[in-house]
Amino acid sequence: MIKVALKGLLGRKLRAILTAFAIVLGVAMISGSFVLTDTLGASLDGVYQESYKGTDAVISSKHKVQQADGTTEKAPFPAVVLTDIEHVSGVRAAQGSIEDHISLVDKAGKRIGKPGDGIAVAVSNPDDTSLSPVKVVAGSWPQHGDEIAIDKATATKQHFTVGQTVGAFADGPLQRYRISGLITFGSADSLAGSTLTVLDLSTAERLFGKQGKFDLIRVGADKGVSEASLVEQLTPKVPSALVVNTAEAQAASDSKQTQDGLSVFKYILLGFGGIALFVGSFVIANTLAITVAQRMRELATLRTLGASRRQVLGSVVLESLAIGLIGSVIGLFLGLSIALGLMALLGATGVQLPDSSLVFSTRTVIVSLAVGTLIALLASLRPAIRATRIEPIAAVREGATLPKSRFARYAVVTSLVISTLAVGLFSYGMLAHGIDLKVRLFSLIAGVLLLFVGVAMVAARVVRPLAFVVGSPGARLGGVAGRLARQNAVRNPSRTASTAAAVMIGLALITFVAVIGQGVRSSFSSSVDQLFLGDYALSGDGEQPLTSKVALAVAKAPGVTAVSEVRHADGRIGTKKVMVTGVDRNMSKTIDIAWKDGSDEVPAQLGRNGAFVDDRYAKAHSLHVGSPIALKTPNGTRALRVIGIFDLPKGGSPFGVVTVSLATFDRSFATRVNDLTMVNVQGGSSDAASARLKQDLAAYPNVKVETQDEFKKSQLSGLTMMLNMLYLLLGLSVIVSLFGVINTLVLSVFERTRELGMLRAIGMTRRQVRRMIRHESIVTALIGATLGIGVGMFLAAVTTTALSKYGVVFAVPYGSLAVFVAIAVLAGMLAAILPARRASRLNVLEALQYE
Amino acid sequence: MTSRTMQHDRDRVSHDNRRVAFAEPVAPKPVVSAQNLVRRYGEGDTAVDALRGVSVEVASGQLTAVMGPSGSGKSTLMHILAGLDRPTSGDVFIDGTAIGELNDAQLTKLRRKHIGFIFQFFNLLPMLSAKENIVLPLSIAGTKPDDAWVAELAAKVGLSDRLSHRPAEMSGGQQQRVAIARALVSSPTVMFADEPTGNLDSKTSSEILALLRDSVSSLGQTTVMVTHDARAAAIADRVLFLADGEIVTDLGPSTPSQILATLEAVSAR
Repeated sequence: MIKVALKGLLGRKLRAILTAFAIVLGVAMISGSFVLTDTLGASLDGVYQESYKGTDAVISSKHKVQQADGTTEKAPFPAVVLTDIEHVSGVRAAQGSIEDHISLVDKAGKRIGKPGDGIAVAVSNPDDTSLSPVKVVAGSWPQHGDEIAIDKATATKQHFTVGQTVGAFADGPLQRYRISGLITFGSADSLAGSTLTVLDLSTAERLFGKQGKFDLIRVGADKGVSEASLVEQLTPKVPSALVVNTAEAQAASDSKQTQDGLSVFKYILLGFGGIALFVGSFVIANTLAITVAQRMRELATLRTLGASRRQVLGSVVLESLAIGLIGSVIGLFLGLSIALGLMALLGATGVQLPDSSLVFSTRTVIVSLAVGTLIALLASLRPAIRATRIEPIAAVREGATLPKSRFARYAVVTSLVISTLAVGLFSYGMLAHGIDLKVRLFSLIAGVLLLFVGVAMVAARVVRPLAFVVGSPGARLGGVAGRLARQNAVRNPSRTASTAAAVMIGLALITFVAVIGQGVRSSFSSSVDQLFLGDYALSGDGEQPLTSKVALAVAKAPGVTAVSEVRHADGRIGTKKVMVTGVDRNMSKTIDIAWKDGSDEVPAQLGRNGAFVDDRYAKAHSLHVGSPIALKTPNGTRALRVIGIFDLPKGGSPFGVVTVSLATFDRSFATRVNDLTMVNVQGGSSDAASARLKQDLAAYPNVKVETQDEFKKSQLSGLTMMLNMLYLLLGLSVIVSLFGVINTLVLSVFERTRELGMLRAIGMTRRQVRRMIRHESIVTALIGATLGIGVGMFLAAVTTTALSKYGVVFAVPYGSLAVFVAIAVLAGMLAAILPARRASRLNVLEALQYE
Repeated sequence: MTSRTMQHDRDRVSHDNRRVAFAEPVAPKPVVSAQNLVRRYGEGDTAVDALRGVSVEVASGQLTAVMGPSGSGKSTLMHILAGLDRPTSGDVFIDGTAIGELNDAQLTKLRRKHIGFIFQFFNLLPMLSAKENIVLPLSIAGTKPDDAWVAELAAKVGLSDRLSHRPAEMSGGQQQRVAIARALVSSPTVMFADEPTGNLDSKTSSEILALLRDSVSSLGQTTVMVTHDARAAAIADRVLFLADGEIVTDLGPSTPSQILATLEAVSAR
């Protein structure tokens, strides 16, 4: 019986391969994400380990501060710690270092690499080379404030040599330095694609505002002193805000943040792999259902020969398992090759990783194979159970039909119950207040999945009218072939429905993303239109925020009438974490908010303990003008008093819950990163004014000067990029569903061999046959698209309702939807190529022969 | 199967043997018997009775042909005797077992041991070779085929040199030979042949009929054959004629012309 199932599979290779592809892409996505993130993780671990080579213990701060690029890093600590521990017993040598970010510019004056990519290092005693991972390979360590050393890889690529000058900047203006030497990071010529710059210690202190401070102290142990005992010796000697770790523990904790980021990335990719597999399960289930129907005589014969129901069930399940396993193996290696390709691409773009050998773990193999096979197994259950209901007598009956499932008469009720449950779950997950995040996520995911199943079940009943509508252009243009195609599409409504359902899933998610994206876009635009009062906004290119240094510099420029800075940080009120905003006295000149209580004078009157809040927060916490607020900050609790309440703008607020003066903010928080830097100039914004501002800021190569419109566009470009990324990832599931369309058509063509022969015999041309199949394919794809767009809009409508308090509106991107429909038509045409060719090449005589 | 029904069975057997004794000098043991089979399709006014109280016994080692005009119920009778269909009322016994009382699993077991099938359209599995098709009933039952027996069967049906061929590579006659070998391979209690020559030309039909006759004569294979071909029925030890759901004539070995005449008379009723 096993042999029968496997031989049967071999006898239908094309179909088996097409079906296996339903699994391949999803599994490839899964294995690819594992391999890629594992490999990147191992490489980055390598970087961190390299960083502490020769070091036995590391001293760093327990606290973190926000950096200019939005990430957090460990807070610097007083340099005096170094002198305190140098003479602790067991310490052979100790080296304090400042580690920060600096960007180099190439000979054309452009920044090298992405914002935040450049690493700067300065150490207390460059003469002791035993502790630092940075080695000088040409020239010398920088001796003065006007010298730097750069990594060999960058020097080679940008054609810099020792003795030349190079521009570099942190958050201040661009400065030029003489290259004193070339360096390597451990054994690598660069640091995972980042530029590595070594500075003289005093220069680093000045540049990064870390006078008398270190970010890190590396300690080497005396001979015979273990790492653990060194840590034990040092711990009581350092202030309580600092922590002493072994080099290994430090490397692990340093890499944790990167690894966490990577694992988020990994889960996102896995999620898309999961969606593709979900679609694949529809394709497999549908293909098997058609095959079971076509093999009914064969299966019934097996029953007359003594096969039990269980054996019939087993043969269908086994066939699916084999398909799943084949698909998973192909997918596993496809994923591996994709990861390999991406790594090669990284290598080609100059990201040199210290250990870039691919990590292909057992977990990757097991999970990829297990998930793919399991999906195939689950997908086969329904058709397999139906196969067991084939009576042996079907072996002798001409044109017997597959007996209806025992539950067939409950189908309508079941599909309605499932859909209702799905809508309920999804709405609950979206709209319910105060439920646990896990419960929320679970009900959202379960709701969406169930909704797809429910709609797929209902779909069989709406296929007829839908096919009539979406098929009418084809029926009008395609002549008799078009009309026949439309009728063919509804011959077996449940088959067309489940084929279209697979297409629906991808398109529903794409539509959802598009509608939400449009909602965010229009709410952001309207909020910028409403709030943006200033002439210019300054931002870092690559959406990198700027620090107050730029604001100070631009304030001195001629023609500038007002500069307004907005900064954010997290504080606490009671036990709750709240976002705190600092604004300066010029705020009202550049940001237009409506006051419920107070006036445009409020920002200027904030002083040392004034604060303003939004009306929703005020209402929720019964705050009025004059109410006290105790705000906990890293530098102590601030006793504030509410002096203004503003209307929360519809499109989202540029401010946190509590807004204070910049003076209060800077006393409370370490960050000097500006969320917004607004500038007003004499005479308002104009091309001439823009040019002048850019000229004045020439020393800051990463600063962009943007008008309201430009600001809107560049802020939205990130969203556009994210949308495109999502379209691409979801496009994968649409491709999977195309294999379903191909499969169904191939099987239908096979089934209608005689009929096609008859049509050819009475004068249908090959071209007409091809057109007929193509139109049928398009009709199926369009039914899927229609259902998908409907479901996607529904999901988006519920979601925008839930997000309406953040100003997200329900906006239909008609242009995008039109593009999706066009893509569905194109996809339908693509899917029809192979089946149409098969149909048109039928030998008329053979096709007409019986059996 | 209780001892009481077994007893009942035996009583009935002896009774019936007397009735067919005139056709056959040695009283053979019946292996298939049916009593008062009624098969009704549909309900109420539109109900159609395909069988109206048919009782029949099939003797061991005999080839019994079932004939009748279209719609006479001959196919329905065979389907019910073979356990493919269930009667509206009445009982069928195969090797003493009342199959109406069996559930699907028990019926499956019974098929494995007691029933062989030959179909009009051969019903071979296209992806299996001739040999694999032949041993399929054994594979399904999970028993190992006896190589010598399979070789003997292959020689008997004249396919020794074609065992590795797929059905698509064989003629209709060859395919039916494979099907006959497949039906014989498990030495079933009874073999049912449903219009075995219905899809073959006359020369091939003769060969297949000769093969069927031989398998009854030399192997003692009890066989029930439904056919509308008088030449096919002429190889039988006994020919039953059905009309309007009832057995109307029961002949012993007959010539094609006798059979045709009887069929005509039956159809004219």
